[in-house]
Amino acid sequence: MVVPLVYAVLSGFKSTDELSRNPFGLPEHWLSGNYTDILGSGDFWRLVGNSTVIAVGTTVLVVAVSALSAFSFARFAFRGREVLFTFFTLGLMFPFAVAALPLFLLLRSMGLLDNPLGVILPQAAFGLPMTIIILRAFFREIPGELEEAATLDGCSSFGFFWRVLLPMARPALGTVAVLAVVTSWNNFMLPLLVFTDSTWWTLPIGVQQFQGQYSAEYARVFAYLVLAMVPALAFYSVAERQLVGGLTAGATKG
Amino acid sequence: MTSTFLADKRSGPDADHPPPETVRARGRVRRRVLHWLTAVGFQVPALVLFMGLVLLPMLFALYAAFFRWGGFGMPSDYIGTDNFTHLFDNPVFLGDLWRCLVLVVLSLVIQLPFALAMAVLLNQRLRGRAVYRMLFFAPYVLSEAITGVLFAMIFAPDDGLADHLLGGIGLDGLGGEWFADPSYVMATLFVVMTWKYFGFHMMLCLAGLQSIPKELTEAALIDGASAWQRFRSVTLPLIAPTLRISIFLSVIGSIQLFDLVWVITQGGPDHHSETMAVTMFQYGFKRYQVGYASAISVVMFGICLVFALAYQRFVLRRDLEGATTTMRGDGK
Repeated sequence: MVVPLVYAVLSGFKSTDELSRNPFGLPEHWLSGNYTDILGSGDFWRLVGNSTVIAVGTTVLVVAVSALSAFSFARFAFRGREVLFTFFTLGLMFPFAVAALPLFLLLRSMGLLDNPLGVILPQAAFGLPMTIIILRAFFREIPGELEEAATLDGCSSFGFFWRVLLPMARPALGTVAVLAVVTSWNNFMLPLLVFTDSTWWTLPIGVQQFQGQYSAEYARVFAYLVLAMVPALAFYSVAERQLVGGLTAGATKG
Repeated sequence: MTSTFLADKRSGPDADHPPPETVRARGRVRRRVLHWLTAVGFQVPALVLFMGLVLLPMLFALYAAFFRWGGFGMPSDYIGTDNFTHLFDNPVFLGDLWRCLVLVVLSLVIQLPFALAMAVLLNQRLRGRAVYRMLFFAPYVLSEAITGVLFAMIFAPDDGLADHLLGGIGLDGLGGEWFADPSYVMATLFVVMTWKYFGFHMMLCLAGLQSIPKELTEAALIDGASAWQRFRSVTLPLIAPTLRISIFLSVIGSIQLFDLVWVITQGGPDHHSETMAVTMFQYGFKRYQVGYASAISVVMFGICLVFALAYQRFVLRRDLEGATTTMRGDGK
């Protein structure tokens, strides 16, 4: 499991020449040039920045919109509720690849190609079903008495949602936010379609392009890969519990 | 609308009563409508986003699939079901269906049992199991693009790690064109998929295992059940719901596989690693046969839908029943 990762890290410290002579061993001379070259170029940081902007935008949007919807599903009895909920959960079953083509045409007609919104909006839309399901389950567990108390104190339903429910639901919001960040960070197909121009490329696209560009310089590509892994792995090591919790909750409830 | 109607009907008997009652009934109606509007009001942003960017595009794909269309302007050259019939005599697409089936079978027969076995192992009191968990799950967090490029390098002909390893143990002849040889490419891709997704299924299994009450396995131990018997008659039935979810996700995942294939082989050599999504991409974005590509989308959608509905009807239903009968009984 770890062999490929360790191999990549070590290879990044070698020269491409050494890589073919000495594939397994530790580098004869630890060359940090591959890594520092990439870190020193603005391109890499721009990709990291783009990925971050898009991940944050998607996460804020999907969590805000899902929280409102999940609140209504969890705390209101209204006509058509179950139908509507089933409607959203159906979205879980359908892979993004199915909608990719028409979505591209739609974004093109809306003038959202080469625009970060062209990635943020669809990512949020496709993230809705899972987020709503997880949040609804969580909102349901908050006792009804709290809502009554808040209403007696003169809280409107939105006031209750904003001032009582959301602060209480912080752990659940954290879980769905972590899920949204990871999904957005790793998305490949949508940015590939939307960003024809390199200004807004995200890290996954950058990795693929870099490999295409430097295909002969193995050591360089390895260094690039390792650096591209760092943000995801760092985020994972910080948010591991929430990520795993969210995935298992989402999977078993879907 | 509907709630107004309902409320009116309920207050029907009140109709002949003196004015104060009618006023109160009207107040009730108004409150009901208001309640409904508030509840639905919270749904509006989600509905707009979901309908506009998920539902509408899918419906449009369904429409476009009946046209010969290059993707500019509105589709006008209606050709009925021609796209679909051509799809089913396109050897590439038939190959996609076949490869999809192979991937599903391989994941169910190799990946899942392996994931379950590892989960059972990690569920024991094992030294440093938190570390193992982190390690096994880490690949899942890396993007498909990074994983793809990494393995493209590892399986690179001659200079890749895989060939060097084989060479090191004297099996030079076995290595070579991992992703360029039609007969190896799917197997190699499957290795990469397993590396990437195995940890996710293992995590699901672990979560399932941890929801099994300890008393049950302990009771079986006292009754003198062997490790295998305990696994076979206690653990396996109780983890079955989790496994069914895993199976569902594996199948849906295999149907829509795109990123890994695109990054590593783009479907090559000579279409031997193409998946439905890759074929759709090729036709839609490279050859501008958008109507035809839409038909592929629709078929993918149809396969997912049929599978999901059938699975829910025949397989998952048992879990709902099981959850209310056996689980409660066992818990007490």
